[in-house]
Amino acid sequence: MKDVNYKELLLKPIFKGNPVTVLVLGICSSLAVTVQMKGALVMALSVTVVTGLSSLVVSMMRNSIPNRIRIIVQLVVVSLMVILVDQFLKAYSYSISKTLSVYVGLIITNCIVMGRIEAFALGNRPIPSLVDGLANGAGYGLILVIVSFVRELLGSGTLFGMRIIPQSFYDAGYMNNGLIILPPMALILLGCIVWVQRSLQKDLQEK
Amino acid sequence: MNTNGNTYTVIYSTVLVILVAAILAFVSMALKPRQDDNVKVETISKILTAANLYDAEAAAQKGNAYVLEQYQNCVASAEIINYEGKTLQTLTIKGEDGKPVIFDALKPQYDLMKKIADAQDKGQSESEINALKAQLQLPVYTFNSDGRKIRVVPCYGAGLWGPVWGYLAFEEDMNTLDGAVFDHKGETPGLGAEIAHEKFYSQFHGKQIYDQAGNFVSVKVVKGGAHGDINGVDAISGGTITSNALQKTIEQWLSFYVPYFKTIASENAAAQAGTDETGTNINAEE
Repeated sequence: MKDVNYKELLLKPIFKGNPVTVLVLGICSSLAVTVQMKGALVMALSVTVVTGLSSLVVSMMRNSIPNRIRIIVQLVVVSLMVILVDQFLKAYSYSISKTLSVYVGLIITNCIVMGRIEAFALGNRPIPSLVDGLANGAGYGLILVIVSFVRELLGSGTLFGMRIIPQSFYDAGYMNNGLIILPPMALILLGCIVWVQRSLQKDLQEK
Repeated sequence: MNTNGNTYTVIYSTVLVILVAAILAFVSMALKPRQDDNVKVETISKILTAANLYDAEAAAQKGNAYVLEQYQNCVASAEIINYEGKTLQTLTIKGEDGKPVIFDALKPQYDLMKKIADAQDKGQSESEINALKAQLQLPVYTFNSDGRKIRVVPCYGAGLWGPVWGYLAFEEDMNTLDGAVFDHKGETPGLGAEIAHEKFYSQFHGKQIYDQAGNFVSVKVVKGGAHGDINGVDAISGGTITSNALQKTIEQWLSFYVPYFKTIASENAAAQAGTDETGTNINAEE
């Protein structure tokens, strides 16, 4: 078996092959949970753990999975991980699990998870699969953090719940931008990130 | 080995599902007590917030223990009353596990209130309606705060996307609100969801539920601004449906508490008259 380039495996999904901005997967949840940085960060960690562990487990099982029920088996593994993450959040980080509400459960439908399992974990050994899963989760998380940074700062004037924009600004007539809290603005921000990335990386541009 | 055979596939999926189910059942059982605690502490912290007895910073530092301790230190009594204001049951403040008992079955009461409203719409007989009302269980939490008794009552109803609920704290006259707090399951962020923010619920401080003539009017959530109305607070711009739903919820719940409130208010007034030697003409409300 050929040697695995771990550096490439780890770095590609974070920038050059980012699952959100290049593959455009997992958009739904990145719109929904990016109002506050704290929630976005926990969501990012949860997705990273789920993609990593699911890829690892599926990769360990890959030679025994009957081909005809492949997708169902993957789904069972992914849901197992998601429910575990959800249960742990409810037990140890209740307020955040309340903020994320249904979106933790909806990690099951996050295309990144199934996408990485189908595209990578089914054909590779466990350790590279784990790394690939974690890196893709991190790539997703990076976008989430960037979007939530802008949204929380402009939408609520806070970062991680701490006031950043001083009261004197508000006294002088500054107002939080209510539009940026709503999901459409997240989509526009995401579009801007894709734009910036494509202008930096010419090979991503379609002819 | 042939991994595509029918027998193999069936056995494989069966074993996988049983295995996964076992893992999930185990984790769920192991984490259940912690999760229940979190839910309870969350409810208690809301009740304390309504009574202005909650210190968010201390809670952030000390976690669940602070909330339980603060509740047990401040609470004078916790009871369930019926619609006539009679005590049905007192809630344990310090149970065998060292934790208080909180009445969390608000939704069944809400469902019952809907049934009562339906029955009234259909013009059913008084006795039928009263039979329904008699099933209501209405919790009241009484706190000692600076020598006063603050009474906290819940409300629970339907918002725009899901349930909204909250707690209202009353001064001893059982008319003036000391504070309130609200929460929701999934109202629109930035609009209806604002009901859960201090900016909105702090408005309830000092508001009254009876009008000048002494009629029960609840607290109105007024679109376009309450402009200093003693019975109203400002609604949320863009969150009209949530605001209206909340107003309806508060009114619905408080209407069932009114007999109890009147009893307590007259008791308090009588006690006041007793301690005040010159006090003569203090008439308790009927």
